[in-house]
Amino acid sequence: MGQPPGGRAHGPDRTRAGRRRTWAAAGAALLSSAAIAGCSSGAVGPPVLNFYTPADAATQYGEAAADCTTQANGRYTIVPQTLPKGADDQRLQLARRLVAGDTAVDIMGIDVTWTAEFATAGWITRLPEDVAAQVTQGTLAGPLETATFKGALWAAPLNTNTQILWYRKDLAPTPPKTWDEMISMSEALQQKGLPSYIEVQGAQYEGLSVWFNTMINSAGGQIVDENGTVLIGQEPSRGAAEKAATIMQRVAASPASDPSLSVAKENDGRLAMEAGTAAFQINYPFVYASINTPPPDGGGGGTFIDDQGRPAGTDTGKKVIDEFAWAPYPSVTPGTPAKPTIGGLNLAVSTTSLHPALAYEAVQCLRSRENQLRNATDAGVPPTLEALYGDPSFQQEYPAWQAIKESLDDASVRPKTPAYQSISIVLSDLLNPPAQINPQAVVGEMADQVVRAENSEGLVP
Amino acid sequence: MSDLANEPSTQRTEPAAPPERAPSSPAAHRKPGKPALSEGKKAERKLGLLLCAPAAIIMVLVTAYPIIYAVWLSLQRYDLRFPGEQQFAGLTNYAAVLTSSYWWSAFLVTVIITVISVAIEFVLGLALALIMHRTIVARGLTRTVVLIPYGIVTVVAAFSWQFAWTPDKGYLAALLPEGAAPLTDQVAALAIIILAEVWKTTPFMALLLMAGLALVPDDLLKAAQVDGAGAWQRLTKIILPMMKPAILVALLFRTLDAFRVFDNIYILTQGSNGTGSVSMLGYDNLFKAFNLGIGSAISVLIFIAVAVIAFLFIKIFGAAAPGSDEGKR
Repeated sequence: MGQPPGGRAHGPDRTRAGRRRTWAAAGAALLSSAAIAGCSSGAVGPPVLNFYTPADAATQYGEAAADCTTQANGRYTIVPQTLPKGADDQRLQLARRLVAGDTAVDIMGIDVTWTAEFATAGWITRLPEDVAAQVTQGTLAGPLETATFKGALWAAPLNTNTQILWYRKDLAPTPPKTWDEMISMSEALQQKGLPSYIEVQGAQYEGLSVWFNTMINSAGGQIVDENGTVLIGQEPSRGAAEKAATIMQRVAASPASDPSLSVAKENDGRLAMEAGTAAFQINYPFVYASINTPPPDGGGGGTFIDDQGRPAGTDTGKKVIDEFAWAPYPSVTPGTPAKPTIGGLNLAVSTTSLHPALAYEAVQCLRSRENQLRNATDAGVPPTLEALYGDPSFQQEYPAWQAIKESLDDASVRPKTPAYQSISIVLSDLLNPPAQINPQAVVGEMADQVVRAENSEGLVP
Repeated sequence: MSDLANEPSTQRTEPAAPPERAPSSPAAHRKPGKPALSEGKKAERKLGLLLCAPAAIIMVLVTAYPIIYAVWLSLQRYDLRFPGEQQFAGLTNYAAVLTSSYWWSAFLVTVIITVISVAIEFVLGLALALIMHRTIVARGLTRTVVLIPYGIVTVVAAFSWQFAWTPDKGYLAALLPEGAAPLTDQVAALAIIILAEVWKTTPFMALLLMAGLALVPDDLLKAAQVDGAGAWQRLTKIILPMMKPAILVALLFRTLDAFRVFDNIYILTQGSNGTGSVSMLGYDNLFKAFNLGIGSAISVLIFIAVAVIAFLFIKIFGAAAPGSDEGKR
């Protein structure tokens, strides 16, 4: 579209009518330039693919989007759109757009727990068979499982995440293999007046449901199966749930426990470890990056500790980081590895997208080896491509890579049901505060509430 | 008495006020059997109605449509996650809400917040109103200063309260014993929510009460003083009785507002540790569980509760509905 129509009006004419004409022309010019901007997406330039990502690691996703746009060589342009930081807010924004049929949503980074919900609601498309075959190739089984629902692959795993045990080797020369062992070690430390806390996510939020899910799966149980059958009320899952709840209660009610465990989230655990008050911590790999980062962004090696391992106010020449170590997630049953709950982000294509074929292509580029490596090293999120775990540059960034990989290999997924959000809310409500759990009673109530959530009959608190 | 009823009506219009209520006061010549209007009056009235019509129609569209839609949604099984299973469900959603312990605990929390915060606001508001009324120097400045909290966005104020009460960060948390995290304890968190509500809306209460104070004739107070009435007696025997209509309107507005408390709780605690109000419950069911049926049923129940409160205030306590003729000569 050539010369804007406003070009003619700028004569020496300074009468009132002339001025009015100038305003009108300026308005017309504004409108037409808006029209140019508007149609560049459809008619003029290459098709725009909007890529909605969480705010965390948005920089890295943006870089990947720019690289993929370059590689697409004019066939499509990926425009990154940043969603809020909180998972609930991200989900709400996406749901609002998708329910309203927004065609400007093409690719979404969705939390691993939303697959069943988004698929059932008809918001995301099943990956076509050829795309699914390519995505499956070389991808870890655990993350793939999170993107699978009712036998089909609905998204392409981008990042994954898992918890392992982080501990202080001066306080625990050999890491505990089971929860029972960890609790007695912690209580022994407390009796000696040494740092004894077991840091785990006990606040009333998703993290508490994750803890419970890991525990019940490690004990050989399941909350709900993929067909929506609630298993927690019947054996063997009932027994496993009681076992899980019993251990959780003991961790929280132990005299050696952190008094603020009932409000502790991931970051509180990290801080307690860095402050030298915790002996054990169940957490994600970001804690390693954090303790190695100087303040104010990280822990800067943690606080100084004395010969005994107590936090010291003065420079003792020894810091928490010198004794910081990691081990596999403690198991519930001796000899059986734990099944840590898997987290992460999958890439899905919306049903409202106008360019699904291009979007599938872009998804594959966005989760390429290079982009996953960048996310892993710059944003601290472990990759989903198995080969990267053998990559020296990845191993250098993640010294705990072996424990992480093992954890991912034994992973469990959270209930694959569209009602997962409601289930998680009622679970974390029933399990908080963890010190006051009554294992027998709580499991019965869980079974009741989960059935109602599954049928979308009950309320969520 | 001058035109008292006009004062509060400039503040706010709540939906619950019934528009026509037969005046019980001496306005005998305006009873239903009034003389027929003249032709001119009729035409004038017709023109008046026509002029009002566009605004009234827009109001009805904007307010009635969402209300009717919410009622309709509340009678459906409608969950965004199961679009294929949408169907008419009668009153099952209401049954689910009313038999749920979550609803009743949220209801109790809401009632506690409402009663305590409105009571404190009334006492403080009356004190502020008396001060503002009596101030002679820098009257405008005093009134402006008092109104500042009301002018601050609730969410912004709630965030600053939250930071103030966060251990290690906040100046108010620093006053508490080491390790105290007041926002994680039910009673302490409710107290903080009430404090934030009171801080925020006391000026509004004061403003409404000040309008009522303006109606108390100075001569009357002077006469009482001459007769030997003390300050307390003048307050309880003259000022408060004469202000009664204004007090009831102020209490009504604040009760209706407080019952729907949302912003402060949403920012301060997100409803955790048993601090969720009924509005929080509705929000969570609508926007976290995506359950439009249950969420709408909760919204409708809140609406009914608010309507009942308004009805009780007007019927039992005899609060004048804003815009009604009571008090006019």
